[in-house]
Amino acid sequence: MKSTPYLLSLPALLLFAGVVVIPLAMTVVLTFHDWGQYKGIEPVFILKNWQEVFGDPYYAEMFGRTFRIALIVTALAALFGAPEAYILNRMRSPWRGLFLLVILGPLLISVVARTLGWALLFGGNSGLVNKALMALGFIAAPLPFMFTETGMVVALVHVLMPYMVLAVWAALQRLDPQIENAAVALGAGPFTVLRRIVLPQAMPGILSGAVIVFALAASAFATPAIIGGRRLKVASTLAYDEFLNTLNWPLGAAVAVLLLLALVLIVVGANRLVERRYAQVFG
Amino acid sequence: MSRNGPVALAFHALFVTFMLAPIVVVCWVAFTPEGFLSFPTDRWSLRWFAAIARYPEFVAAFWRSLWLGALSSAVAVAVSVPAALAIARHRFPGREAMTTLFMSPLMIPHIVLGIAFLRFFTLIGLGGTFVGLVLAHIVIVLPFALRLTLASAVGLDRAIEHAAVSLGASEWTVLKRITLPLVVPGLASGWALAFINSFDEVTMTVFIAAPGTETLPVRMFLYIQDNIDPLVTSVSACVIAVTVLALIGLDRAYGLERLLVGRGTHGR
Repeated sequence: MKSTPYLLSLPALLLFAGVVVIPLAMTVVLTFHDWGQYKGIEPVFILKNWQEVFGDPYYAEMFGRTFRIALIVTALAALFGAPEAYILNRMRSPWRGLFLLVILGPLLISVVARTLGWALLFGGNSGLVNKALMALGFIAAPLPFMFTETGMVVALVHVLMPYMVLAVWAALQRLDPQIENAAVALGAGPFTVLRRIVLPQAMPGILSGAVIVFALAASAFATPAIIGGRRLKVASTLAYDEFLNTLNWPLGAAVAVLLLLALVLIVVGANRLVERRYAQVFG
Repeated sequence: MSRNGPVALAFHALFVTFMLAPIVVVCWVAFTPEGFLSFPTDRWSLRWFAAIARYPEFVAAFWRSLWLGALSSAVAVAVSVPAALAIARHRFPGREAMTTLFMSPLMIPHIVLGIAFLRFFTLIGLGGTFVGLVLAHIVIVLPFALRLTLASAVGLDRAIEHAAVSLGASEWTVLKRITLPLVVPGLASGWALAFINSFDEVTMTVFIAAPGTETLPVRMFLYIQDNIDPLVTSVSACVIAVTVLALIGLDRAYGLERLLVGRGTHGR
């Protein structure tokens, strides 16, 4: 029957139409409403919130910080996650499964609990991270981690690292180890094998992992809120403030919708770029 | 196959330390005998675990999170099964668009979903209610449920169903005796993965939970925003323990790698 698939998906379709599509559309409409301290939300059509978000340098600075942090987190995750995925892939059977569980498992552990762990490790000047860094001789005086961008970056790299390892790991599963062996047999050194054989084949995984990590880092909430405290704001914590403290919902919605639009543009653009590049390589 | 060299193994050790450090620290501090944040060295104490019982909001939030996760994951799986069968077995106009729509909660930042739900539920009178929480959680865990039900629906050998039909089974009997039993392992794993994701969700829920309907992660988040003390570390240690147990169970039953990567990887 032609209508069977539609009938089968009807419950899910109704649910998503009612609870996803309509609320999202209403949020976009909300960004054009007016708001006042005493009058509340006024359902009119104005551009005030968008003018404020685009005109006030405060928002430019805050979005700049959000995307700067996301970019650094992505770069660090790729820098450390990709080699780790390669090392994992070369491990033998019991260790491979065990360490995969250890590294991917945190993905499912509460973000609040993991960020709390970093807050404890950073904890002021006497935090464990500073003690370790000073004992190892990397730094002379304690670095501030709490309430700084550095702290946010470290915690976010930890929170999002499993996604990068997962993406590179998936790409490496398609790699035929015989190609590496062939390269070695033909006289290539270990560095050449990594650069000419492994890296090009891991690249699609690194890039798709980077897109995921970037999108999640730019929209992360709990980690920046706990590490950044009340003063160091990123886009998502600012939207939260507008909604639950200032109660200026239209302005908060404008910040959130702008974040969503920026992310969609960046992610779609990055995917296009990756596809085009790899179409050239493999085409 | 070549082995990892000493440099690679040193890197690996540092990496694993980095990944485990914050989790270990939370559990470690939870056993402190002191009244303030400190690492227990010579004495261990369970006083902060006992203290949880004196904070009814944490206990209530824990049970609420458990029910919320169980209920929303069950509904998500129930709704996913027919949708997965439709996507796996039929080619129809709008199939791709529909799949994208069902997977969209993975792509849309939870902060945006939280805002959208807050506005919507407030307008329709579900603001701060448990029903609202359940509806929102069904939507955000549905992609996880759908992915695993879809995987088991695609992997289903249709010849078995045809054999049952040719032996005289009715359509209903085939569904009940053949199709459903074959997809149950996928459904159970889908439910478990959905449950973990619901149990841990904080960003979206913090917008739509009211003081009487806070989930455990939300309660923990709001508590940490005010101050960090050993109590919240012992609560976190309990949450970590629940998740790790669920993880080990899932790994044994289904394979964590298959669960997260999305397909089985075959040994070489």
